Amino acid sequence: MFIIKCPYCGERDHSEFSYGGEAHLVRPKQPTELSDDQWAEYLFMRKNIKGLQYERWNHSHGCRRWFNMARDTSNDKIHSVYKIGEKANK
Amino acid sequence: MKKKYSIFALIKNSLSYHENWQRAWRDPEPKSQYDAVIIGGGGHGLATAYYLAKEHNLKNIAVLEKGWIGGGNTGRNTTIIRSNYLWDASAGLYDHALKIWENLSQELNYNIMFSQRGVMNLAHNQHDVRELKRRTHANRLNGIDCEWLNVQQVKKFCPIINCSPNIRYPVMGSTLQRRAGTARHDAVAWGYARGADSMGVDIIQNCEVKGIKRNGDSIEGIETTKGFIKTKKVGVVAAGHSSVIANMAGLRLPLESKPLQALVSEPIKPIIDTVVMSNAVHAYVSQSDKGELVIGAGTDSYISYTQKGTHEIVEGTLKAILELYPIFSRLRMLRQWGGVVDICPDASPLISKTSIKGLYFNCGWGTGGFKATPGSGHLFAHTIAKDEPHALNAAFNINRFVSGDLVDEHGAAAVAH
Ligand SMILES: Cc1cc2nc3c(=O)[nH]c(=O)nc-3n(C[C@H](O)[C@H](O)[C@H](O)COP(=O)(O)OP(=O)(O)OC[C@H]3O[C@@H](n4cnc5c(N)ncnc54)[C@H](O)[C@@H]3O)c2cc1C
Ligand SMILES: [Zn+2]
Repeated sequence: MFIIKCPYCGERDHSEFSYGGEAHLVRPKQPTELSDDQWAEYLFMRKNIKGLQYERWNHSHGCRRWFNMARDTSNDKIHSVYKIGEKANK
Repeated sequence: MKKKYSIFALIKNSLSYHENWQRAWRDPEPKSQYDAVIIGGGGHGLATAYYLAKEHNLKNIAVLEKGWIGGGNTGRNTTIIRSNYLWDASAGLYDHALKIWENLSQELNYNIMFSQRGVMNLAHNQHDVRELKRRTHANRLNGIDCEWLNVQQVKKFCPIINCSPNIRYPVMGSTLQRRAGTARHDAVAWGYARGADSMGVDIIQNCEVKGIKRNGDSIEGIETTKGFIKTKKVGVVAAGHSSVIANMAGLRLPLESKPLQALVSEPIKPIIDTVVMSNAVHAYVSQSDKGELVIGAGTDSYISYTQKGTHEIVEGTLKAILELYPIFSRLRMLRQWGGVVDICPDASPLISKTSIKGLYFNCGWGTGGFKATPGSGHLFAHTIAKDEPHALNAAFNINRFVSGDLVDEHGAAAVAH
């Protein structure tokens, strides 16, 4: 399958990593003021993109750190990996 | 009118070397306008069209399929059919389907090879035992046949299972649903296609939907690779690609699309006459009529539309299979493939209206929707025709993610397929 380049450890087999879902989802700032609809949007609704997706991964059998990845879900090609807090460079 | 399939038809056609069989369905070009359009020519979409025509008298309808009918998950699944789900809403939904399966070959005049060979769900630890016993009781309260087998009874019912207490995940018992079993996946798609076509439904293959045209909160029509089609009602039954189509209409769904794999062995003589599933070790097996072992695995964890999964998943499944069935150790595997399955957070489907008038979704069947094909089509047709859900699919609306009224089969029913 695919080799993932951990931003901390370098290239490793993808079986060392765990997928963490869509990236850049920001938890609402004022949770108490959210309507049920807004909660549903945040908690459950997903883009589920066919194409370039920004997502989180964890190097769970390595350094155990989280990072982000830009990957094309239509062919599993990895475009870039970047640290949490950094912006994706396409 | 379609000619009936029968022993006489078989004899008659043998006289002309089977060269003059009538086409099972036409190959029409799309009209410019339909009363309703179904996107996705899998089993669920074709069944929807069939029941729309048959029970709701809607004849001017089309099924649009980007590839060939049944080429999606319908033709890629391991065909396990059962209805022993935990919650009342799911029990109602899946048993509705199972009851239709029982007469489907006769109804469609098409042999879908439905075989009620029983499905076992093995328990490998105390927690499994408790959960599966609970499920047995819940099923019985809902009028669904289900039995609990202890280890000796497991060994008796399916002798090739390794029931030694010394394996890593020893077998501690099993549920058995005798009415459950398998059916021939392609035949289900073809049977519904033939039935729908004979009532006037246009089945259009190699026609990909590219866009949905909205006028405010209602539907005007759809853009396809064969041109624009005007319609006020659109039923989307696109499995792994549901989110892609929702996106065309400006909607988001609570779905993630992931690869799910299966594989078959070389054909051997009959050795296993039931279906055995094991959720704890994530492996299940049955034997096709051709003699191949049909083996299913789990999903990969990440979103992917590639229709292939990773090797580790297959390896893990085969390890489990070998521990449970040492007798298979020297079998060679013939083919392996994947499908893209659309999974809801609560592992239950959506058969639902949306915030857009005339746009309906039937999706989220994930790893286990083949068994529901006839019931799903039947209930979705009702939902589209009446613009409101049938009592049996009311719980499976999209608003459950707002109200929190989830039908959580993930943890509850040890549900795999
Ligand atoms: C490996 C595997 C094993 C499985 N095992 C089981 C099992 O044992 N038991 C069980 O109950 N279920 C099982 N499932 C799940 C089951 O296959 C599905 O839930 C079910 O077949 C879904 O049927 P469908 O008709 O909704 O989808 P599909 O058959 O996938 O049909 C959807 C169709 O929509 C078409 N489409 C998509 N986008 C467009 C577009 N833009 N325009 C036009 N057409 C489009 C696709 O080409 C496809 O043909 C398994 C799935 C897999 C992958
Ligand atoms: Zn690392």
